[in-house]
Amino acid sequence: MARPKVPRKSTSVDMTAMCDVAFLLLSFFILTTHFKAPEAISVVTPSSVSSKVAPEKDVTLVSFTKDGKAYVSLDNEDVKEEVANQLNAMKGAGLSPADIAAFRTASFFGTPISQLKSALAIPKDKLEATTLPGIPIQDTANNEMTTWMQAIVAAHSKTGAKFNLIVKGDNLAKYPAFKNVISAFKKSEQFKFQMITNPESVPTGTDLWRKFMKGETETASAE
Amino acid sequence: MAEMDTSSGGGHKKGPGVKKSKKASTRVDLTPMVDLGFLLITFFIFTTTMSQPTAMSLFLPKDTDKPEEQNKAKESGALTLLLGSEKNVYYYEGQLDPNGSNFKSSTMKQIRDVIINKKRSTAKDDLVIVIKPSTDATYRDVVDILDEMTINDISRYALVDISEGEGQLVKITDTSGGAK
Repeated sequence: MARPKVPRKSTSVDMTAMCDVAFLLLSFFILTTHFKAPEAISVVTPSSVSSKVAPEKDVTLVSFTKDGKAYVSLDNEDVKEEVANQLNAMKGAGLSPADIAAFRTASFFGTPISQLKSALAIPKDKLEATTLPGIPIQDTANNEMTTWMQAIVAAHSKTGAKFNLIVKGDNLAKYPAFKNVISAFKKSEQFKFQMITNPESVPTGTDLWRKFMKGETETASAE
Repeated sequence: MAEMDTSSGGGHKKGPGVKKSKKASTRVDLTPMVDLGFLLITFFIFTTTMSQPTAMSLFLPKDTDKPEEQNKAKESGALTLLLGSEKNVYYYEGQLDPNGSNFKSSTMKQIRDVIINKKRSTAKDDLVIVIKPSTDATYRDVVDILDEMTINDISRYALVDISEGEGQLVKITDTSGGAK
């Protein structure tokens, strides 16, 4: 019986299509990744189950480190200029137009208001958070964070910019540092803020986990 | 797709004596390139998810001095958590006994069971958790305990300053190695 001839096929597969897909995905991921900018203020954040992504624009960031130093950073330059004017008016910070121009571009502030002028004179590449004294918050009677918050709130309402208040604290910072920051918020009528955390998975078997399994969205707020 | 047609159409015969030059295939093995591509993809996938910080929201109550505006909590539904140093958590239900008999000690890991038990044994509207961090507590403890509220789906909780007596009680038990 004659065997039907089976044409012998090569086992090598054409890799071109796969290569195309791989590099398409690769370029997608490269474009969507943004690496964290190297941060001047070293803060190791705690983790929480919150899955809400932190806002990135129009942010007022209050950071405090493990030795209790507090810093303020703002990203909107117009708001910063207005904050400088407010500080001049409220506390007599004595900032000249040249200082205000430096204030506009400064990435963070971490000095008592009386030393703000000299701190702005430091060139940017020499400015390090560790050498700055931080905004004084320890003294509850003279908490300068309150002044900063009032200036920032006034500047936001004047420029009409969005106001996202964010707190970024170090794991090992003591509770009084956090308490002084939030009491400054309360004094300037800011009752809503967000805390930067690292994502963490919801422990299985808990009430929140059951809620997620049912498909409900996260709704929790403090009183 | 990406290769050229190198086979000359119809087998064009060269004249006698002309040596046939060997035709090298232009087909390249793309396997290593695909490997490299996927390796980079995995790298970028991992880095994108890791550099995405999240934020938890907190709404503060307005401070009031007038007692009639303050929130009332039923004593039976109140659970007070006191945060000490080294992840120690102390708790008591209702009011603190003057002799400290209902002052119990726990840790950050075990406090979930305490909260769950309290939640199961109390009517939903009565349950209030009062969080009092001591001066030795760290920011991480505060965030962890607020997170615990979210995890256990507690709708009413408050962050309150610790009283002096309680602060001392926490400090003493912290140094003596925790109450039992």
